[in-house]
Amino acid sequence: MTADTSYTDQEFELVGTRPVRPDGIDKVTGRARYGADASAPGQLVGAILRSPHAHAKIKKIDTSKAEKLAGVKAVITSADLPDLTHGNRASFDILENCMARDRALYDGHAVAAVAAIDQVTARRALSLIKVVYKKLPHVTDVDEAMQDSAPIVQPHIRTPGGDPDKPTNISQISTFGHGDVEAGFAKAEVIVEESFKTEQTHQGYIEPHACLATLGPDGQGELWVTTQGHYTFRNICAELLGLEVANLKVTSSEIGGGFGGKTHVWMEPVALALSRKANRPVKLVMSREEVFRASGPTSSTSVDVKLGATADGRIVAATATLRYQGGAFPGIWGMLGAMTSFACYDLENVKSIGYDVLVNRPKVAAYRAPSAPMAAFGVESTMNLLAEKIGMDPVELRILNAATEGTKASYGPPYGPIGIGATLEAVQKHPHMRARLGKNQGRGMACGFWFNFGGQTCCDLNIGVDGTVNLTVGTVDVGGSRASLSLIAAEELGIPYEKVRVTIGDTASLGHNDTTEGSRGTFSSGMATIFAARNAIEELKVRAAQTWEIDAKHVDWQNGQAVARGIEHSNLGPLTLEELARKSPTTGGPIAGHNEVVADGAGVSFASHICDVEVDPETGSTKVLRYTVVQDAGKAIHPDYVEGQFQGGAAQGIGWALNEEYIYGKDGRLQNPGFLDYRIPVCSDLPFIDTKILEIPNPNHPYGIRGVGETSIVPPLAAIANAVSNAVGVRMKHIPMSPPRILKAIKEQQAGESQVSAG
Amino acid sequence: MSGVHVSTTVNGDAVEFVCPGGESLLDVLRNRLGLTGAKEGCGTGDCGACSVTLDGQLVCSCLVLGAEVEGREVNTVEGMAEGNRLHPLQRQFLDNAALQCGICTPGFLVAAKALLDENPNPTETEIRYALAGNLCRCTGYDKIVRAVDAAAKDLRREAKRKARQKSK
Amino acid sequence: MTQVNYKAPTTTKEASRLMAKAKGSAFLLAGGTDLLVRMKSGLIDPDLIVDIKRIPATQSIKKNDGKYVIGAGVPCVALGKNKGLVKAWPGVVEAANLIGSDQIQGRCTMVGNLCNASPAADSVPALVAARAKAVIVGPKGRRTIPVEKVVTGPGTTSLKKGEVIESIKLPERGARSADAYLRFIPRTEMDIAVCSAGVNLTLGAKGIIKQARVALGAVAPTVILVPAAARALVGKQLDDAVLAKVAAACEIACAPIDDKRGTVEFRTEVAGVLARRAATIAYQRAGGKL
Repeated sequence: MTADTSYTDQEFELVGTRPVRPDGIDKVTGRARYGADASAPGQLVGAILRSPHAHAKIKKIDTSKAEKLAGVKAVITSADLPDLTHGNRASFDILENCMARDRALYDGHAVAAVAAIDQVTARRALSLIKVVYKKLPHVTDVDEAMQDSAPIVQPHIRTPGGDPDKPTNISQISTFGHGDVEAGFAKAEVIVEESFKTEQTHQGYIEPHACLATLGPDGQGELWVTTQGHYTFRNICAELLGLEVANLKVTSSEIGGGFGGKTHVWMEPVALALSRKANRPVKLVMSREEVFRASGPTSSTSVDVKLGATADGRIVAATATLRYQGGAFPGIWGMLGAMTSFACYDLENVKSIGYDVLVNRPKVAAYRAPSAPMAAFGVESTMNLLAEKIGMDPVELRILNAATEGTKASYGPPYGPIGIGATLEAVQKHPHMRARLGKNQGRGMACGFWFNFGGQTCCDLNIGVDGTVNLTVGTVDVGGSRASLSLIAAEELGIPYEKVRVTIGDTASLGHNDTTEGSRGTFSSGMATIFAARNAIEELKVRAAQTWEIDAKHVDWQNGQAVARGIEHSNLGPLTLEELARKSPTTGGPIAGHNEVVADGAGVSFASHICDVEVDPETGSTKVLRYTVVQDAGKAIHPDYVEGQFQGGAAQGIGWALNEEYIYGKDGRLQNPGFLDYRIPVCSDLPFIDTKILEIPNPNHPYGIRGVGETSIVPPLAAIANAVSNAVGVRMKHIPMSPPRILKAIKEQQAGESQVSAG
Repeated sequence: MSGVHVSTTVNGDAVEFVCPGGESLLDVLRNRLGLTGAKEGCGTGDCGACSVTLDGQLVCSCLVLGAEVEGREVNTVEGMAEGNRLHPLQRQFLDNAALQCGICTPGFLVAAKALLDENPNPTETEIRYALAGNLCRCTGYDKIVRAVDAAAKDLRREAKRKARQKSK
Repeated sequence: MTQVNYKAPTTTKEASRLMAKAKGSAFLLAGGTDLLVRMKSGLIDPDLIVDIKRIPATQSIKKNDGKYVIGAGVPCVALGKNKGLVKAWPGVVEAANLIGSDQIQGRCTMVGNLCNASPAADSVPALVAARAKAVIVGPKGRRTIPVEKVVTGPGTTSLKKGEVIESIKLPERGARSADAYLRFIPRTEMDIAVCSAGVNLTLGAKGIIKQARVALGAVAPTVILVPAAARALVGKQLDDAVLAKVAAACEIACAPIDDKRGTVEFRTEVAGVLARRAATIAYQRAGGKL
């Protein structure tokens, strides 16, 4: 069904208010059921054996002893997950990531799995599987992996445009931009150039991956799983296991955080294969260590940025080279980095080149505005270097060069109405910018961009006989979208918020819905809900017309009731939704609305952040003192949860900036696969995070909604680096800015200064 | 299997179970007693999602053996509401939108209750340090700290009212 | 993984007997905050766990003739609630209270922290600086040894099979004495010390330091005493020059490693900073004026 998606300025009754979320009571009483909270009669416990090597040939796997152990019901290897992908390399990569074939490609790569009657037996069975490995040379650093002499991760990969006979780790080179950067730099009066590195981080959702799989010999199966996209999971699992899509029903549990990491299949096909072999339900739950070693973190990167400007601050040329590792499989991460790097600015001459690189690390997954934070770290740090060199206020410099409506984005299309300028002006006026700073304290700011995404969406809206409404959507609720969708349905129908109940439908109850990613949940399901409600209203009007025995053309829907239009019908009192619902059994049966849509036109999103830090110059320890997020939401449906997204993204960015990183040993093994040494921010690390919501309507959504979930993680790396630089006078070029890195930079700076004064 | 037989009290109810000697209290609660409110986020005491109280003392149930709770009193998030009346912390978590995905919420509620039982009037800093053992990856803690502060005020008001009633 | 036999004896002697006659791998359970983590990660696979928390002698904090005796099963949170102990040994208490979250505090014990034998154990530098002793019950009876003699290397102790530490004894506290403990962690909570320093001072007239002990954590295979730092303090009033000497002595004593938590360079530098800062706090607590 096609409907007009364009924005109309309207007054809202409910949208923009802050009611309690409908799934709230379940979540504060412990009743809500997450991935690991389901069980089935006769259920077995699954466990996975993982490679202890960064890169190794698997010469032999002997499962005979494990199979003989009492209580073991199934043992599988890659032989039980044969290649059914018919040459679809992307699908084969997923299969190979779920279960290694002839080679283990990273520390933590699955090599075998068991299902047994209990945890103790399953773990014991794993210890009885004998794998003979031959260790191969490995590479974990992105720059090293690009060297000619580097160990090759996947022998079939060739560099596009490169030697067709030479295996390489560079799977893709993506170039974006326009104009003539060389001519631009020739014109420049000031040029700054710097190189940056960022370490690998994990989404760090508190709920580990978990599923309960049932698959019978008839090819019919069910999967209960914590996921951001149960339809996508269904399609992939069906393909990998050779099932018909309709025969696999996937139900998304309550999800305990995803941030992109639960958009990918990691072990669900393994659970289904175990269940098929044992012919019993299998529950498979990752340990935290497995989550870190074997589910997708984000890329580590190396980024070079060069900016040329006139003496009065107009940027005349900008280039960036961005190298992103995607783990052991080809990714799109360098491409996204290249696309996002200069998106905030109006540039005449701009070029960015992104390299996608393979290394012996777990397959990289999307992490909240994937690839944008690292690119922004490089560009927004260099913007401050440029401001320093010119002697210009960094906010002024950004305002002068900010993209506006009509600007050709560095990644191609022209912008519609956008919020980068407005966020910068809000920053400039914000009292935070004028607050006094003490000794060893500094302030920084930075900007960020994310595309946002719409995609395939459908929903059902069913009106009950008492006038209450069931709304069934297919986008997983990762952070409160059920509240927003209830508000939208109630707004459209003109009924109280409490009269709507939203359910996330399983894959058997709705058509395909794309995964909840790209900040699309409230944008796309919101759009589908509006149209489904309007669809139902049409039917309500028909029923009212039928009751009144008039032409439906003369019926309007106002404030939750049907009203007959025209003086000739002035004797007809309005009919409420509830009245129409009660009459529905005799006026034509149940009343429902439906919508299927490809929600194009997700409006791009911009944010500007301000941050104050204090650095202990004797230890290099950084404390975030104050933090402010300014972001364009298009329209905030439920402002509490918009603020929550702003705050959560900022907090993740703060963790990334200061302490979070994957640490690999020389042996290529991950040394910190736990929350003890993978240090996400704790409550006492953070201040309150102030937010300012701007609302610049997205022209492509009836309510003006833009996605809000991701952009907030983009600016923090650079904002904090700029603040640290202002606090202690050292420019940090390596994220995270852990205390040892900051202290070293301070010492080097001091040594440099004393050399200068001695000389 | 030679399990350990344990008689204990969970949320005020007498319960009995048999578990292997090495099994954690968290696994006992979740897999033997059907109380899945406490979550396993790490299994190593670093995330607090499995927080419960043991004889009133806040602990990570993943770091307690089931066998240890013989004769003791365990309280979990499932025991926080009194009948259909939510605890002020539960109410304020909802009113302040202090949860997004909600997986950490049971642990935060149990830990926050332990804090307020001990210190009815905590400062922001005291709240933040008392909750440092509970990881939340969604909220940046902002709305959680506000909810705990608001619940503390509610509880103090309630205590005052009760004291006044008593004096009458 | 095997079936674990769980025992909860009611006397230290019985615990010792169970441990002495155990076949296979046997572990004592006090707070369990290290033991259960090691079990979970598969590092150990116990056949026997002996829970000492049902032993009355391990459950109390007592003061005898001015000396505090802290039972091996006393959770660290209880130390902070004992006002007399906090007054006498603020450094020991703050060290013990720094271990983990409130959840961990409700379980973890100083003896467990000691016997886990990590060079980064928070309570140990403070105990060593305090001249604390460990009371051991074993098959051959009781013995008492200085705390620094318990740990022999990362993960190893001098305890013999069947030996159980029943309590920690702190010496009698004189006037104008105080201790302090500081550690460095990247976050504000929940981390293992990257390096740490415990300082214990007794002052004489005019704020002159009569006695001093300085211990460092996470800068060597075990917690180390730094006599040179103590010598730099004794006989002096605390000032910047003395503090610089303390820091320098500590840096020289450091023999750390590079690992996921810190570099050699960082640990060495910051251990000196922490010793300087801890000495300042201890000095002020003892009544010294800067």
